Amino acid sequence: MDLILFLIFGLIALVCAINVVLQTHPISSAVSLIGVMGSLAILYLLLGAEFIAAAQVIVYAGAVMVLFVFVIMLLNAGKEVHKGRSFMVQLLGVPLLIALLGLLAFLARHMYQPETMVHFGGFQGGSAQAVGHALFTTYLLPFEVTSILILIAIIGAVVLARKELD
Amino acid sequence: MQLWLIPILPLAGFAINGLFGRRFSKSLVNVFAIGSVLLSFAWVVKTLAGLGDISGTHLEHYFTWIQSGALNIGCDFAIDRLTAVMLLVVTGVGSLIHIYAIGYMAHEGGYYRFFAYLNLFMFFMLVLVLGASYLVLFVGWEGVGLCSYLLIGFYFDKQFATNAGNKAFIVNRIGDFGFSLAMFLIFVNFKSLDFATVFQAAPGMSEATLTTIGLLLLVGACGKSAQLPLYVWLPDAMAGPTPVSALIHAATMVTAGVYMTARSWVIYTHAPVAMNVIAIMGVVTAFFAATIGLAQNDIKKVFAYSTVSQLGYMFIGVGSGAFGAGIFHVVTHAFFKALLFLGAGSVIHALAGEQDMRNMGGLRSKIPITFWTMMCAAVAISGVPPFSGFFSKDAILAAAYEKTPWIYWLGVFTAGLTAFYIFRAMFLTFFGNYRGKAHPHESPPVMWIPLAILALLSLGGGFIPVPEFLREVFHAPPEGPANYTLMGISVAAGLIGIFLAWLMYCFKPSMAESFAERVGIFYKLVYNKYFVDEIYGVAIVRPIVEGSRVLLWKVVDVSGIDGLANGIATWCRGVGGVLRRIQSGNIRSYATWVLFGSVMLIVAMGLAEGLAR
Amino acid sequence: MPLNQVPLSWFLILSAALFAIGVAGFLFRRNIITVFMSIELMLNAVNLSFIAFSYQNKQVNGHLLAFFVMVVAAAEAAVGLAIILTVFKNRATLNIDEMDSMKD
Repeated sequence: MDLILFLIFGLIALVCAINVVLQTHPISSAVSLIGVMGSLAILYLLLGAEFIAAAQVIVYAGAVMVLFVFVIMLLNAGKEVHKGRSFMVQLLGVPLLIALLGLLAFLARHMYQPETMVHFGGFQGGSAQAVGHALFTTYLLPFEVTSILILIAIIGAVVLARKELD
Repeated sequence: MQLWLIPILPLAGFAINGLFGRRFSKSLVNVFAIGSVLLSFAWVVKTLAGLGDISGTHLEHYFTWIQSGALNIGCDFAIDRLTAVMLLVVTGVGSLIHIYAIGYMAHEGGYYRFFAYLNLFMFFMLVLVLGASYLVLFVGWEGVGLCSYLLIGFYFDKQFATNAGNKAFIVNRIGDFGFSLAMFLIFVNFKSLDFATVFQAAPGMSEATLTTIGLLLLVGACGKSAQLPLYVWLPDAMAGPTPVSALIHAATMVTAGVYMTARSWVIYTHAPVAMNVIAIMGVVTAFFAATIGLAQNDIKKVFAYSTVSQLGYMFIGVGSGAFGAGIFHVVTHAFFKALLFLGAGSVIHALAGEQDMRNMGGLRSKIPITFWTMMCAAVAISGVPPFSGFFSKDAILAAAYEKTPWIYWLGVFTAGLTAFYIFRAMFLTFFGNYRGKAHPHESPPVMWIPLAILALLSLGGGFIPVPEFLREVFHAPPEGPANYTLMGISVAAGLIGIFLAWLMYCFKPSMAESFAERVGIFYKLVYNKYFVDEIYGVAIVRPIVEGSRVLLWKVVDVSGIDGLANGIATWCRGVGGVLRRIQSGNIRSYATWVLFGSVMLIVAMGLAEGLAR
Repeated sequence: MPLNQVPLSWFLILSAALFAIGVAGFLFRRNIITVFMSIELMLNAVNLSFIAFSYQNKQVNGHLLAFFVMVVAAAEAAVGLAIILTVFKNRATLNIDEMDSMKD
């Protein structure tokens, strides 16, 4: 069961990811990205990360992507036009990508022996209580710092995007 | 005893006039310049009077100048009889020339600068004379060379004056090289440069060492005292103002070589080969320069070659073992040669700058004081008894006869030549009819009073018993009976020279030209100073200059060093020019490079991990 | 292979694939918003990888790291989009190749 779930949603994630890259209109890309995030949330559940799965759906898919969609609509961004080329990208882009993927896959397969098997329920420590406990004890400082980070991001976004006062 | 005051007073004069002289009035400059030298002279007299009958050496140690391993040089001044004689000459004649220069330089620009340099020269000369080690002497030696350069090139806007200054300094440098080598040898062998230490240990050294040291010191003396082959700078040095010619190139600086050689008498008496070389060089120079002086038309050039010739006489004296006689001639020469130069300056001043004797004549009635004082000098230098030149020259020639008779005969012949050309100059300048266009007028008292004093000294200076006075310093034996035959021969040579000059220039003026035509080639040779300057130019100067320009400048400096420096810069530029292509402004290409880097990083880390396993 | 088990390395390979796709989008797309979305895709891939390792080590630290990545990604998205707005206001274009005033 877990295997089938993994295969289905893994496939959905991959297809949506490729769609993000291949679509010409940004809106289509945004929607595909939401699909990726959703599938990833399911995969997180498989790995026992309940809290993170929920956060993924609420924050990432629900807030960040909505922000993206708003901005796309605000800018009235249309289909992409083909203008401008880069020599370097054309020359090296594809080979490097293949190299990257190959390397990472190779490393993933051969670095951890014997192989851990994942099944639903294999890891119980991903509950909200466990995450919260770690967040407010071991990771207290990063927690407080990120709160300030968000504050700065808010102020920055407001300042950057406001209308000029004439 | 405060010996240091003697040189410091002129140094103070130099400092005050040099720094502030521009704002002073002429009289204020005079006060500091003349005052410092006169005070120095007074201090010398006081010191010598205080010492009474000077015997041995009185040393004053001031501070340790160099302390480095085995080398320990102190700033020491010493005074003995030889120093006393030199001090009196330098400060005494120096003061007279300073006073003369007030009048001579009155209309020249750069008045304060002249006197500042002159005072600086006095300082260095006094350091040279007072020094108690070779190194302190060398400091003074170099310093007077520097002041000579500054003063010869005093009229710095004239090309020939600055060239002459350069020539003097460079030729001097060649001599200084020899001197430096000698000092190195002295230090290596004696472990010290102090006179006392060296002269005490000298008799124990090998003759070869002493001969080498003596010959190298002689090279230095050649340069400074304008002997063959390094004399070429002295005639050109006449480009400087006449008081400079009188002070530096007649009375004091050029005698520094003789003084140094006399001071090193211990080394030379134990190196007979070197002494012979000195004597031979002296007589050859004396003869050589006298022949050139026969045909010169510039009055200062005649006296310049005469100086070279008389310096040759001093070296004959030193080379024949008669150190006292050599120094005696230094003293008398200071009197009459300074007088001759100052008188020539008076003539030039009277004729508003004319120096060519062919445009003079008949000045006897127009500038009588100058005429009579110069006549005193002329008879003195020609060796006419009982004037000063006779005593000193005779002492030298007698000593030469004892050692090497042929030097005596050549010296006598040169004495005849000397009398001839000096009186030729006198007759051309003061007798006959005036051939020029200026309005001659007598010099002011500030100029002729020093002339008069020097004339008295030239006449009576022979009676100062300098050789007896110095016998104690040089450990010389008492003089033998006077050889009247030798004296008579040399006096006769002088009188014959005077007579011939009178014949050819006074009695029948055309005789000179017809004689010159008959002698033809010799006249040309002598008139052009044997083409020595031209030979030096072609053989030595041109190759060095061309070699420097072509090889050292073009190849080494421009191609090599500049090429290296510029090449590095160009190479950096090139590399930078290539590397800047990365900054294309295109974000995607930047991203590609980042990806490239990260892939490389992953590979590297994987390899490291794999190797670690 | 039993149906209730998935080898962990498959998760890692999926993560690598998603990451590579994100890089591809970053390199080859010209619309700046699409580029941004590719960046988000990359971040998500990394999150998956963190959670997988957390499962392997049986610790909650990976979850925490993924949490912080999410927070930072959110902040970054906000500010980044604000910057894009500003750039669009000045240049009226969303083509990344036309924003090359850093070139000499």
